[in-house]
Amino acid sequence: MMRAAGFVAAMWVALLFVSAWPSPAAAEPRGEGCVTCHLETGDDRLEKPAKEFGKEDIHAAKGFGCTACHGGDARAAGMEAMDPAKGYIGKPERAQLTQVCGRCHSDARFMKQYNPSLRVDQVAEYVTSVHGRRLREQADPKVATCVSCHPAHAIKPPSDPRSSVHPLRVADTCGRCHGDAKYMEPYKIPTDQLQKYKQSVHWKTMSVKGDLSAPTCNDCHGNHGAAPPGVSWVGNVCGQCHTVNQEFFAKSVHAKAFTQMGVPGCAACHNNHEIRETSDAMLGTGQATVCAGCHAASDKGGKAATDMRGLIDGLRGESDKARAILLQAERAGMEVSQAQFDLNGAKDALVKARAAVHTFTVQGVKKEVEVGLTISEKAYARGVRALDELQFRRKGLAISLVIILALIAALVLTIRQLDRRGGAPQGKTQETRHG
Amino acid sequence: MVEGTLGPEPTRRHFISWFLGTSAGAFLLSVFYPVGRYLIPPKVEESMAGSVKLTIKPQDVKPNSGQIFKFGSRPAILIRTPGGELQAFSAVCTHLQCTVQYRPDLSHIWCACHNGHYDLNGKNIAGPPPRPLDPYVVNVRGDQIVVSKSA
Amino acid sequence: MAAPDSRRGRLRTWLDERVDLAALEKLAKKKEIPVHRHTVWYYFGGMTLFLLMVQVATGILLLLYYRPSAEEAYESVQFLMTEVQFGWLVRSIHSWAANLMMFTLFVHLFSVLLLKAYRPPREVTWFSGMALLALALGFGFTGYLLPWNVLSYFATQVGTEIPGVIPLVGPFLRRLLRGGDEVTGATLTRFYGIHVAILPALTVLLLGLHLFLVQKHGMSIPPGVERRGGGRRTMPFLPHFLLRDLVGWLSALAILAALAAYLPWELGQKADPFASAPAGIKPEWYFMFMFQTLKYLPSYILGIEGEIVGVVGFGLGGLFLLLIPFLDRQTARGQPSRLFTWIGIVIIIYMIVLTYLGYAVSPTK
Repeated sequence: MMRAAGFVAAMWVALLFVSAWPSPAAAEPRGEGCVTCHLETGDDRLEKPAKEFGKEDIHAAKGFGCTACHGGDARAAGMEAMDPAKGYIGKPERAQLTQVCGRCHSDARFMKQYNPSLRVDQVAEYVTSVHGRRLREQADPKVATCVSCHPAHAIKPPSDPRSSVHPLRVADTCGRCHGDAKYMEPYKIPTDQLQKYKQSVHWKTMSVKGDLSAPTCNDCHGNHGAAPPGVSWVGNVCGQCHTVNQEFFAKSVHAKAFTQMGVPGCAACHNNHEIRETSDAMLGTGQATVCAGCHAASDKGGKAATDMRGLIDGLRGESDKARAILLQAERAGMEVSQAQFDLNGAKDALVKARAAVHTFTVQGVKKEVEVGLTISEKAYARGVRALDELQFRRKGLAISLVIILALIAALVLTIRQLDRRGGAPQGKTQETRHG
Repeated sequence: MVEGTLGPEPTRRHFISWFLGTSAGAFLLSVFYPVGRYLIPPKVEESMAGSVKLTIKPQDVKPNSGQIFKFGSRPAILIRTPGGELQAFSAVCTHLQCTVQYRPDLSHIWCACHNGHYDLNGKNIAGPPPRPLDPYVVNVRGDQIVVSKSA
Repeated sequence: MAAPDSRRGRLRTWLDERVDLAALEKLAKKKEIPVHRHTVWYYFGGMTLFLLMVQVATGILLLLYYRPSAEEAYESVQFLMTEVQFGWLVRSIHSWAANLMMFTLFVHLFSVLLLKAYRPPREVTWFSGMALLALALGFGFTGYLLPWNVLSYFATQVGTEIPGVIPLVGPFLRRLLRGGDEVTGATLTRFYGIHVAILPALTVLLLGLHLFLVQKHGMSIPPGVERRGGGRRTMPFLPHFLLRDLVGWLSALAILAALAAYLPWELGQKADPFASAPAGIKPEWYFMFMFQTLKYLPSYILGIEGEIVGVVGFGLGGLFLLLIPFLDRQTARGQPSRLFTWIGIVIIIYMIVLTYLGYAVSPTK
């Protein structure tokens, strides 16, 4: 009770503090004054914001009204509510938006009252981005501003699944412009990113497996500081999550070679937007492999690729073989759970070996593969032993079958003896005592 | 009736009843032997779905260390935090199902396969793991540790 | 050897005074088995009884380790199979004997049907036999779910769906069977209760009645044999017939042991209610002909859902089979009844063909 009361008191203090703050929020908490008239105009363009805002927008939910952004005085009746003298600005110009939003969102002290964890560098980041620079320097009317991604009057936090910036919807939000070939025409950049991204393992992880931490557009390109990806930069971004591969790659021969060739690091083999699920088939010098793009089967790199592929395939084959025999033994009712447990180590080794491919040295892969092969061999041997045990059961069965057959034979002899003594199965007339 | 007369018959009858008796006895033995063995509780404690008794003693787990144990057929990790608290998690990395380990130098859980890091509450804090490790409940009874799935 | 004899004699007298052994002995001696060319069919009733006893014995043994809950059922069976000595044997025998028992039960049923052993005064014996068949099917259906593996889980889901299509009472019946709207741990507990308590209790009652009536009326001599003047020859049940029975039972046991050792009953994967159904869900083979029939029915027959027609059809078929002693007037009057012989043959052929199709046709069709 005490804690609850304390909490309520704190809330009141906070509320007082908020209302005392000389902020746009103080003007009119709800903006009912504006809504009353806007709904009577009969003009859809004027009615829509009035309808939408109170229902959907996070700002309305936090107690902000129309005047917080548009200025003016909601308490005044009639058109004088929209007196520029009272700070009314109407619909903000594109160039004005960073100021309108930034007035609060760049103010750390102010934002802290509402969401202490929210960053306040969005505007600062935005002006460094291609979007922001084109807006400022060339007054480009087509680049994205705040409201392009966060629809005015219906702004929802990223955690809301209906939000345009929810992880699952970010790609579509960016793709609205970047996937539109006609819209993007003047910029001469590709427009197939969205389509490619939707083929990627990242999108699959997010949309199918429901793992919202999988990357979407903003995870690599930045949220507000959208900058075009530079060669070295993309590698850095991948390495944020794929650290081991990044480390191996950085030390490998390819890191230098790719930089000299001007080929992007990770994307050279894995693509940039269409990052497919990796498989062992990518490795080697066959048709479907990525190595074959540069290496011939006979050159040094090609040979290394073939060897690495051979090692990994070998380990996979051995561990599958061990798993299969253990499964067979388990299905037959043998206890092999410890062996199966130990075989997990082979799978670990396989995963590590696949990561070690990024050293691009046979030695690096071999080190991991050998560990896995030893584990697989042991597990396989245990599977063989378990199946031998099954053979032992069969011997036990043979013994019991001999006993049963002997008993059957004894019974048959007894029956024959009985029949002989009493005559074969008899008619009633002959039926006498059987002793 | 010819029974009881002299000749090969009595020997034969004798043999048959001996044969019948012996094989019936062997048969009963071959039935009751497995049944008897079946009734003896097996030495291995039943690995229940929900919990497992560890062979590790609480005093054997030093602060800032961790040990892998078998939980059903999956690996799990028992750690003692630098603060002295015992905790257990599934040791299956949420990224590609490798077995994680405790890193005393970092004082947290680490997966060697792709350098995934988890804090002492099993939360994924760095690297590729998408989800925290599944936590288990640790109970210490005397010098026995019992780990169970969250109740 | 005199001493043991006299001791046996004393024990015998002691018992005789208390439980009237002599009367029992007389009863046992009185029982005679007719000998004719169809005598072989008399063995199948006893064989079914023997396999039932095997089921009771192994079932009781399984109870010692089994745990009837969704969380532990699969693990406890796995433990039994892998850790408990001869656990694999007990479970495999239980599963195989169940199937063998269904087989001998069907043989027994059809031999009785074709040899017209249901004729007066044995109608009640027939009814109790049919009820025992229903119980056996119930045993099979409920027991299949208990290991809680993927196949049995989905087979049960399909199986409990079928009574759900019966008009009016269907949904209630399905809920009653499942112990809820879905197949869950509640269903498992329910099936367990049915399998180890309700069905065995009913079986004891009905089996008692069945055996009492068989004892009372004696073995039926097929009317065809009787008309030809056969069936006069008999052999005493004790020991002639019983010893032959024993030979059959031992052979069955040997087959069971071989099946258990060479084809141990697999455990499969643990059921996951959230996983999608695997391809090729099959019921146990003795349900296959019904399962397959339902597959072949068109979705609508005369404006009624095909499945309803099928289920009601099988209900009526069962009722027809049950009422055969009343429907077959000719046999009751002691006349030859070719019609019902043919009906029996058609039923057998139908079941065999549909069961064959069930296994031969690929699951995707």
